[in-house]
Amino acid sequence: MLYNQPNPLEVKVLSRRFTLPNSQSIETYLANDGYKALEKALDMTQQQIIDEVKASGLRGRGGAGFPTGMKWGFVPRQSPKPKYIMVNADESEPGTCKDRLLIEYDPHQLIEGVMIAALAVGSEQGYVYIRGEYRYLIDVMDRAIEEAYAKGVLGDNVMGRGKKFHLATHSGAGAYECGEESALLESFEGKRGNPRIRPPFPAVAGCYQSPTILNNVETFCAVPAIILSGAAYFSGLGSPKNGGTRLFCLSGHINKPGVYELPMGFNLMRMINEVGGGMRGGKKLKAVIPGGSSCPVLKANECDIAMDFDSVAAAKSMLGSGGVVVMDEDTCMVNAALRIMKFYAHESCGWCIPCREGTNWLKKLLTRFHEGMGTRSDIILIGDLSKNMLGRTFCPLGDAAAMPTIAFVEKFQDEFEAHLDGKPCPYENTSRPVTA
Amino acid sequence: MTFSPETEVRFAKFLAKYPADRKRSAVIPMLIYGQDEVGAVTEELIEEIAKRTGVTPLQVTEVVGFYSMLHRKPQGTYHVQVCTNISCLLVGGQELYDQACHKLGIGHKEVTKDGRISLEEVECMGACSWAPAVQVNYDFYHDVTPAQLDKLLDGLAAGKKPEEIAEVHKVSC
Repeated sequence: MLYNQPNPLEVKVLSRRFTLPNSQSIETYLANDGYKALEKALDMTQQQIIDEVKASGLRGRGGAGFPTGMKWGFVPRQSPKPKYIMVNADESEPGTCKDRLLIEYDPHQLIEGVMIAALAVGSEQGYVYIRGEYRYLIDVMDRAIEEAYAKGVLGDNVMGRGKKFHLATHSGAGAYECGEESALLESFEGKRGNPRIRPPFPAVAGCYQSPTILNNVETFCAVPAIILSGAAYFSGLGSPKNGGTRLFCLSGHINKPGVYELPMGFNLMRMINEVGGGMRGGKKLKAVIPGGSSCPVLKANECDIAMDFDSVAAAKSMLGSGGVVVMDEDTCMVNAALRIMKFYAHESCGWCIPCREGTNWLKKLLTRFHEGMGTRSDIILIGDLSKNMLGRTFCPLGDAAAMPTIAFVEKFQDEFEAHLDGKPCPYENTSRPVTA
Repeated sequence: MTFSPETEVRFAKFLAKYPADRKRSAVIPMLIYGQDEVGAVTEELIEEIAKRTGVTPLQVTEVVGFYSMLHRKPQGTYHVQVCTNISCLLVGGQELYDQACHKLGIGHKEVTKDGRISLEEVECMGACSWAPAVQVNYDFYHDVTPAQLDKLLDGLAAGKKPEEIAEVHKVSC
């Protein structure tokens, strides 16, 4: 059973098998177009596969939105080194809970996507890096991989066609930082999850310093549909340069939070009102974080936008990982900014000084503010500190901490000012039901 | 050091997953599954994993401090993790955590005197759309109400297993 009711506005491509009985099993998968895209890809050249993915407009679903086909094209296929496929299932961006469902309900779709990527670059080995907290999904994935071996899908003779591909799961042990691709690779190699300087990018020097395709779960899961139904079909589902659908994770103060598969470019206000069932308790919308906690917050009057990478970027935020966090009029923006900063301070790996120090100082400043002991100059200091972190770290965690903070301060300066001079938080005593 | 037959089989599989000269990749998976069996990351466990993966004990030790799920001290039989990150915060996650602290009389990363329950305020666990969320060991509980948390904690404290507590159901398979 799904964790939330589906919505009629959904366009189910990646999630189309979720409600089938035994949707995890290879039998269900095979009876519903399963591994047909792989069969098709086995008859295509490497370049044809990459070109098809490029033409589909698929962009990385982990957060950055980089064109997937282009990423695959960077892999030096002639390199004598082994090529690796790495699945990033270290889903940990606050607000995001979609990869869980993709693995839980349709693990074979992921395997098929990975195998098509392997064909595209001539890889014979892949790994699924799953965050340690998702232990039950490691078991789900292991069972699916076993089934695929038993059916001759994985192994030394893929689908009886003479190609070799092996796949295995790998458990993380709790670290947000390991969702960043180079830190993930370090962690995979058995080290602390500190990021690597890039370039070289993983496509050239990734897993064990070999060429590696590293993508998010959802990105790989979109590949079978692209190969089977064609790039034109997939790109036609979304908006220009933003192919396909997206699993949006709606959370916060709405009536029907849940994960919904919607076309790229779906309007955010419609998402809140028609898919999410509107604001809880008839409250007014105050703000939305459109793509996970590292994305700058949008004020209510900025939310009438198309949810694709370019439109959200034009609104000076990011589509990110698809985590849409909806906040009502009773939400204290200082508290929201503080909670998010506590998270980044906790998760900063400490490798780069601007991030390690910056996140902790921002946490202290925001805590002081929330307790009513902030000063007017602190508002400027918070902005200055944040801006000094931007672009000054190995990986984007520093940016991820700074960007939302800058937006909270700039867009809700009045709320920061309302906390000045020892005044209690104006939202502290707002009565609200603890759960929906 | 030896482990249960199941863990030995698991470790053998781990060591076979990676290229022969890359056994170090098995360090973190072995640490977390080893910790599940031993109860904590002990010096003995570190040395055993170092031996089996061909790295130095120091190379194993240095990763332990990095990962939030690895711990050097034993946790309770039931490790209760309450998320207070943004999506949970908005719908009562903080209140649930405060309630758990009050009820158990322990704080973040502390264990009850009888060693049965430990508590941790955790970062996003990937249940944002079904918030507020709680994990007990590896099991997820979605849309948790204060009444359900009360029942869960009372049941655990009374010696019940989570699955024996009526009206509180884990969601993950």
